[in-house]
Amino acid sequence: MVNVIWFLLIAIGIIFSFFTGNVDTINNSILNNGKEALDLVLSILPIIVLWTGILRIAEDAGLLKRFAKLVEPLLSHIFPDIPQNNKALGFIASNIAANMLGLGSAATPFGLKAMQELQKINDKKDTASTPMITFLVLNTAGVTIVPTTVLALRIAHGSANPSEIIIPGIIATFCSSLGGLLLDYFIRKRRRV
Amino acid sequence: MNTLSKIVIPVFVIFVIFYGFKHKTNIYDSFLEGAKEGLIITFNIFPSIIAMVFAINIFLDSNFVPFILGIFQNFFELIHIPMEIMPMALLRPISGTASLAIMNDIFIASSPDSYVGRLASVLQGCTDTTIYVLALYFGSIGIKKIRYSLAVGLFADLVGITVAFLITAILF
Repeated sequence: MVNVIWFLLIAIGIIFSFFTGNVDTINNSILNNGKEALDLVLSILPIIVLWTGILRIAEDAGLLKRFAKLVEPLLSHIFPDIPQNNKALGFIASNIAANMLGLGSAATPFGLKAMQELQKINDKKDTASTPMITFLVLNTAGVTIVPTTVLALRIAHGSANPSEIIIPGIIATFCSSLGGLLLDYFIRKRRRV
Repeated sequence: MNTLSKIVIPVFVIFVIFYGFKHKTNIYDSFLEGAKEGLIITFNIFPSIIAMVFAINIFLDSNFVPFILGIFQNFFELIHIPMEIMPMALLRPISGTASLAIMNDIFIASSPDSYVGRLASVLQGCTDTTIYVLALYFGSIGIKKIRYSLAVGLFADLVGITVAFLITAILF
């Protein structure tokens, strides 16, 4: 699937630019691409390293296990396949909480750790497990309560009421999460029968 | 609201450190262990990020998206959807930076308090970049077969975008 997306993005881009005579732009794009990827990695590297450090303290001190136990009644309905008291639940809950507060960059390390824990209980290591997909859906639907970047930009452009979009945003994000979770639930149910 | 999100991180850090200290964990060593692990994680996701940035940028720079949207222009005008918003709605699942840049342009062209400006704000906040998150998370643990995850992720995006259109039309 990633194969197909990757192929389509590149093939459509290059072939279309040949037809429209945009070859110069594509040429530059290909040559400068690597640097942009490196910049992206470099910009998230310190955050990931710092937070995995802090998270390890929480893990070693037993805080994460306690947190996982706390949120289990809530999350076990959404993730029936994760065993009780698994650390993954703690990471998943932390990731969702960070996303909700609009701390996108802090949410990523939690998500990566959650995926690692889920991989430990995955039977086929090259195939996405059901809890992984559910977590991903929850993550891409992005339950955001405080969209920090959007608020900052609205303020920068002189909005009279920057925060007026928060409530509509919450409604939209809630619907997209619910929609994703429902579809995920029905697919899971059909496959099991 | 803004102060709240500023307080959260420092409070979280002090809480974790305090908890670790109280439970006689060797917090400094734990931190170093975790940081090392973070370096390895970043190292592992680097190839998938390069691959994705490569493909996404070629796609965006070819101007294929404006071309496709041009074909459907009459249809969008018919159902009263402002044309400026469409590239953003289409690119939101693919690239966070691209849709953010478009939102910035919309703010400059028609102010954040216009209908399009509000619509763009709700759109940007309501979904995340599905394809990026997918490549990042699955790439970090070496998942090759992603099964139905992309379909469900994009479906969630579609629901979010549709609701964003409806809710902005109703509320403002």
